[in-house]
Amino acid sequence: MTEFLQNLIDGFGRGSIYALLALGVAVIFGVMHLLNFAHGELITVSGYVAFWSFGQGWSWWLVAPLVIVTSIVTSLVIERVAFSRVRGASDFTLLLTSFGVHFVVSAAFLMFVSASVRTFPRPGWVANTYSIGSLNVEVFDTVVIVVTIITLIATTVILQRTMFGLALRAAAADFDTARLMGIRSDSVIRGAFALSGHLAGIAGVFWLIRAGSTDPSAGIDPMLKGVLAALIGGLGSLRGAVLGGIALGLAEVLLRSWLPDGVASLTEGVVFAMIALLFIFRPQGLITVAHAERV
Amino acid sequence: MLEVAGLTTRYGEISALRDAELSVGSGEVVGLIGPNGAGKTTLLGTIAGLLPPAAGTVTFNGDDITGAAPERLLRAGLALVPEHRRIFVDLTVEENLKVGGVTVPAADRAELLAEMAERFPVLKEKWTTAAGYLSGGEAQQLAIARALMSRPRLLMMDEPSLGLAPLLVDMVFDLITSLRDAGRTLLVVEQNASRMLEVADRAYVLRSGEVVATGTGEELRSDEDLFATFVGGGHQ
Repeated sequence: MTEFLQNLIDGFGRGSIYALLALGVAVIFGVMHLLNFAHGELITVSGYVAFWSFGQGWSWWLVAPLVIVTSIVTSLVIERVAFSRVRGASDFTLLLTSFGVHFVVSAAFLMFVSASVRTFPRPGWVANTYSIGSLNVEVFDTVVIVVTIITLIATTVILQRTMFGLALRAAAADFDTARLMGIRSDSVIRGAFALSGHLAGIAGVFWLIRAGSTDPSAGIDPMLKGVLAALIGGLGSLRGAVLGGIALGLAEVLLRSWLPDGVASLTEGVVFAMIALLFIFRPQGLITVAHAERV
Repeated sequence: MLEVAGLTTRYGEISALRDAELSVGSGEVVGLIGPNGAGKTTLLGTIAGLLPPAAGTVTFNGDDITGAAPERLLRAGLALVPEHRRIFVDLTVEENLKVGGVTVPAADRAELLAEMAERFPVLKEKWTTAAGYLSGGEAQQLAIARALMSRPRLLMMDEPSLGLAPLLVDMVFDLITSLRDAGRTLLVVEQNASRMLEVADRAYVLRSGEVVATGTGEELRSDEDLFATFVGGGHQ
């Protein structure tokens, strides 16, 4: 029982990071039908900025906000340089463009920086634990879960209560009609990329703290988790993305503990098999959204 | 107010609209009638900036707005109630209206919301309901109210009575009449030609992408041949 609860907390911590990544993927898919395979590059770039900052002798208190700002700026730059040029193109073109961005960014770090892994210090409190009864809870998991909850509440307030949020939801439901109402496609798309970058930045801080390093292909793993979680939840559904992230985190942690010793290293494979099964029985993901046809 | 000259729109190789001429004066109610596939929706869509024109010009209050983006046209005072209403089904009635008023200052928006609640009691009743739960007639009222939220100088409607029960068709035409009486400028596409000609000051008849006749409602209605040939099922 204790072990199960412990795994549950661990799974929620892991899932929270996935949820933030998935939410960023879902926000962008919602407004422009782009499944963003370049989402992880926000963390690659942030990772190198973090590495450089530690070289300047800065602490995590300074690096964390810098990572978030870097992620937002990178997201906007990628939109400007790549995605704004293929706006309104077929979903397939958008998909290929995002792959292109992913490869260009990692190749650029490979060519102009280095192929080797750059490590940086992790904050001292990361490994600390505290006890609740017989439970040993990681401070890190607690911080991740609390920050994620606050972020999700703030995001909900923005989406539900502000005109920007309303415009974003309208554009996600029916882009052409939103433009007929006077919503500027530029502002809403850039806003979506900024929001997505912000969420990825917060996830990125946690991801980098956990990894303690970055390398040219560091973006692949977070990208996969974010895209998969968004798919599990039902693409385009924001609630689904959060749910998908938590489900993915829990599945990974619980499987790792339940699978017999020799098979535990295959956790990722088993998770993929489960996702494949989910899509056989529920191709639309956990939460169904009615997509307006785009003309 | 609105001048359309030589407007041509193509889908690939096919011209859905050829060399269309049309004008709407301030305070006028102008109908666009014709059989299905005549290019009525294409004409409105091109004026509203949803479709790129292949040739021709659109002038609004003296400004050349040919090919401008819909969000710019809306700000110039040109609103479209799109075909099939296209309300935001996941948003509440109030949120739909707020989106319609996204370009007006916040204080004015609140005032307009109150105005719409008063004018459309059905909507007021369902204020916080997701718009997807509205009936066809309610949804059409929402679509029109949403367009009015931007305080348009020219309101264009695409098939507002399409798919509605006879009683609700009456409601739509009553609404058009009341907007006309309030001095609004309207350009309305309707497949229900005879009803449209009753409320319109003037109308244009489209067939196969071309404007083939124009005149006052009375003139067009008295021409039985025109109806038989061009409008077909619309004459009741």
